[in-house]
Amino acid sequence: MSKISSAFENGTAFIGFLTAGDPTIDKTVEYILAMEEVGCDLVEIGIPFSDPMAEGVVIQDANVRALKHNTTTDDVFDIVARVREKTDIPLVFLTYINPVFFYGYERFFKRCAELGIDGIISPDLPYEEKGEIKDIALSNGVDVISLIAPTSKQRIQKIASDATGFIYVVSSLGVTGMRSEIKTDLNAILSDIREVTDLPLAVGFGINTPEQATEIGKIADGVIVGSAIVKIIEQYGEDAAEPLKEYVSSMKKASNE
Amino acid sequence: MSRGRYGEYGGQYISETLMNELLYLEEQYNHYMNDPDFVEELNTLLKEYAGRPSLLYYAKRMTEDLGGAKIYLKREDLNHTGAHKINNVLGQVLLAKKMGKTRVIAETGAGQHGVATATAAALLDMECEVFMGEVDTKRQALNVYRMELLGAKVHSVKSGTQTLKDAVNDAFRDWIARVHDTNYVIGSTMGPHPFPMIVRDFQAVISAEAKEQFLEKEGKLPDAVIACVGGGSNAMGAFYNFIEDEDVKLIGCEAGGKGIDTPYNAAALTNGKIGIFHGMKSIFNQGDYGQIAPVYSVSAGLDYPGVGPEHAYLRDTGRAEYVPITDEEAVVAFEYLSKMEGIIPAIESAHAVAHAMKIAPEMDKDETIMICLSGRGDKDVRSIAEYRGVDLNE
Repeated sequence: MSKISSAFENGTAFIGFLTAGDPTIDKTVEYILAMEEVGCDLVEIGIPFSDPMAEGVVIQDANVRALKHNTTTDDVFDIVARVREKTDIPLVFLTYINPVFFYGYERFFKRCAELGIDGIISPDLPYEEKGEIKDIALSNGVDVISLIAPTSKQRIQKIASDATGFIYVVSSLGVTGMRSEIKTDLNAILSDIREVTDLPLAVGFGINTPEQATEIGKIADGVIVGSAIVKIIEQYGEDAAEPLKEYVSSMKKASNE
Repeated sequence: MSRGRYGEYGGQYISETLMNELLYLEEQYNHYMNDPDFVEELNTLLKEYAGRPSLLYYAKRMTEDLGGAKIYLKREDLNHTGAHKINNVLGQVLLAKKMGKTRVIAETGAGQHGVATATAAALLDMECEVFMGEVDTKRQALNVYRMELLGAKVHSVKSGTQTLKDAVNDAFRDWIARVHDTNYVIGSTMGPHPFPMIVRDFQAVISAEAKEQFLEKEGKLPDAVIACVGGGSNAMGAFYNFIEDEDVKLIGCEAGGKGIDTPYNAAALTNGKIGIFHGMKSIFNQGDYGQIAPVYSVSAGLDYPGVGPEHAYLRDTGRAEYVPITDEEAVVAFEYLSKMEGIIPAIESAHAVAHAMKIAPEMDKDETIMICLSGRGDKDVRSIAEYRGVDLNE
């Protein structure tokens, strides 16, 4: 078992996402540490990809910025190595499967194990294709985080019973991005999942305001925020550490109100 | 291993949000393809509306000029909307309608698949939105207006390379938000299962007809079948019913662009590596860390950094061979067929014509070649004029 469960021992977990290499490799290291400092419980590090099909415009643009100066998979591992000099915070990769496939599954997960990466989330690797990496990831101590969507319905049983680490509950249809309102009946989905597993359930997609964090925090074990964080990085560029700290600490607090 | 495999290729590498919809699509597809009423309705549309069967035309002047194998053209350019795309689209839009959907979306490169989808949507009274890379909307402005005329909304895609692959990305992004009322009518034998199978089956009418036509005209099957390959739908359709006939050579022509030794081509099976993208494991043009590479072709319809999974499989098993054809060779073939037979081919199809021009002279006179003439070239006249440095605005 990975360190992921420790992220959920401090009230409702706040999970922050950023894209590696946006705006620079140095800044990604700094921003991960900044978020941790103010109570972020787990950080999702996005490995930039040319064609992030599941992302809305905000994270698409972050991928473009990161790739503009050729942030590579090896650069992302360097970021992790530097972060690991300072902290044991649980870290997971958010990556499309092709960069992992290309790097080589053995080589990729061996690096993950060396650096203490705790999990991997791959938006284009549903239950049916999880076999690509499941064994090699687990044998290297990396959880393959399962996603459950509002459309998953009868699939919840098999997905949840095979899950490790935590379960990423997708709040809404569509791609990532800030939403003013989340209409899905999350209570129903969360209780369906809880009938199958005791794993922590974290909700993401669309969450950006403290009010939403409070609402989700009442019913879920974790709140995942991506686009809103990336938007701050987009806005402040190399000076985003303070605004990020302010935002993350308010969201962590709101998630536990 | 998951469903929809062609050897190690294929599969369903797609967001969880879409998985139930893909499973439902497959179930509904199997249901309706076994429903005689649906099959009858589709066949009637293909016959009465699209104009099938398409002609198998003996290209006498071209044959005599090249001095080798007899050349036949499978005239998909004569279909309604001017390309093979209508075969697939009538099937998929009719299926969407039966499934109770009210809206269809599509990606398009050259615009032919977008026009075909808009056409079928008009006919079957469905809402239609088409995603097209901004670069392609400029190369093929006439087709944009054509789609709008047919009642479709065209989204100009500004992300990435602003070509076909980015149009596919945005079509998937739209679909994931509206699975409840929308079917994604994918234009080629690509994407997650069941799309490569569905598109192949709907395009297989090309080779089913051709087989009968060859037996009727020549009393035997062709020695070679040649088709252009982007995602690979016209080629898959032209190959499919000949796969079992091992004496029939199957040859796919990829976009060699400015040359396969330059970065300016879209020849995935020549230059690509195995990868996972757009829902499938297949062969893709990609960079050192698995980033999908920008590709190039004079032909918007072949300008795609990958190929359908069944083509990758046919290559690996040796059942089909794939060759790159450069822009220049394709343009020469475009001009050649126009002057020689009075048929202006789509620049995509001209890639297949170009390869026939290479191999026909080497073959015996009692041998035969079928070129899948997947579309007509009216849409390309302006860009070929530009390629040749002719200014049409003067």
